This record gives sequence, structure tokens and C-alpha cells, in this order.
Amino acid sequence: MTLTPLAADAVASLAVTPLTAAESAASTGPLALARTLVTVALLIVGSFFLTIGTVGLLRLPDVYNRLHATSKATTLGAASVFLAGFVHFGPGGTGLTSTIGIVFLFITAPTGAHMISRSAQRMGVPFFGTTAWPDDAED
Amino acid sequence: MTAAPAAGLLDAAITGALVLASALTLLCGYRIVRGPTVPDRVVALDTIGTNVVAIGVLVALSTDRSLFVSVALVLTIIGFISTVAVARYVIEGDIIQ
Repeated sequence: MTLTPLAADAVASLAVTPLTAAESAASTGPLALARTLVTVALLIVGSFFLTIGTVGLLRLPDVYNRLHATSKATTLGAASVFLAGFVHFGPGGTGLTSTIGIVFLFITAPTGAHMISRSAQRMGVPFFGTTAWPDDAED
Repeated sequence: MTAAPAAGLLDAAITGALVLASALTLLCGYRIVRGPTVPDRVVALDTIGTNVVAIGVLVALSTDRSLFVSVALVLTIIGFISTVAVARYVIEGDIIQ
């Protein structure tokens, strides 16, 4: 009963998406133009890095190589998209949330990649090619 | 009035990035289905999580609703916790000890 007007409001806001974005960008002067251009540039950079990460995930031969591709490229991509959100929303409450998201991504993504690669090595997932772990190479 | 083409450019960039991120999320499913080992699937799920985070921020940009940035932040936290949990589970056999 109380949810129905909220859902209708959300649907209506989704339906007029281009209008709202255009209104918000055209609200002020050349500063808004510069902000829009910076947002577009950051979105392009983020999309590029997301594409690189997924192509590396699909094409590289080994789980460690795939981790190398995704944990760096995808983190930079998502951080660029977060930065675009920071530029678009301004340094207020939402921009602060975007900054926290960037910091959290830069802390957690290498940690998660390290834990996955360590567990893969303990599971005995073989390396690609003639690469060997240093302790095994001595034997 | 001078910012009108820039606004159209922003809308085009947001829509293109949304379509691209959705297609990449779909492509990551190939590695989940065909991944030879369990860590491959974990990496693919982590990549899907990061792509969905990017989609959340893009939806926030597209609808001008700052709520979805918080959604993306929470998805980041959930993705990290699930990655660590699975990485512990595949070598230890349990998560909390």
C-alpha cells in the first residue's frame, strides 16, 4: 500500500531518463559543460578498462594470468566509473560515497585477488607453460 | 542552451557504457560455465561483481538518483566478502573456525 506510489515514482523517473540528465547538465554555465566533458572522458576510460579486463578473463590461458588481467584492469575501470559519479554529483554526500567506493575498491581488489591466487596455488592449479613455483624448481 | 549538445553527449556516453558493461557481464558467464577450475569461476564471478558495480554507478548517473551509488558501494563490499569466503572455503573446507 505504501510501496505502490514509491514504485510508480521510480518507474516514472526511469521513463524520463534522458530529460532529467539533460536538464541537470544544462542547468548552469560553462562549468557544467566542463563537468559533463570530464564525466564523459572518465566514462570512456572506465569502459575501456572494463573491456580490457573481460577480454583478459576470456582470452588468457591460466587462472593466474586471468587474475592479473581482471584485478588491475577491472579495478581501474570501476574506479573510473566511480570517479565519473564523483564529478557528476559534486563533492557533496553522493560524491563522498563515490570516493569511499574508490578507496574500498583499491584496498579490497588486490586483497581478494591475492587470496584467490593463493588458494589456487594451494589447490594445485598448474601454471601455464614451463613456469614453476620457486620451491618446486629447486627439487 | 550551449550545454545542450554536451548533455546529449553525456546521455549517449552513459547509454553506451551501460550497453557495453551489460554485454561484458554476459560474456563473463562463458568463463563461469567453461572455467576448468574452481578459482577460474571465482575470478569470473568477481569480475561480474565489479561490472555490476559499474552498472550501478552508471544507473545512478543515468537517472540522477544518488541512491544507486550507495547500492554500488554495498555491492563492492558484498563482492569482496564473498570472494574471500570462497577463497577460504576451497582450501580450508569451512569459512568460520
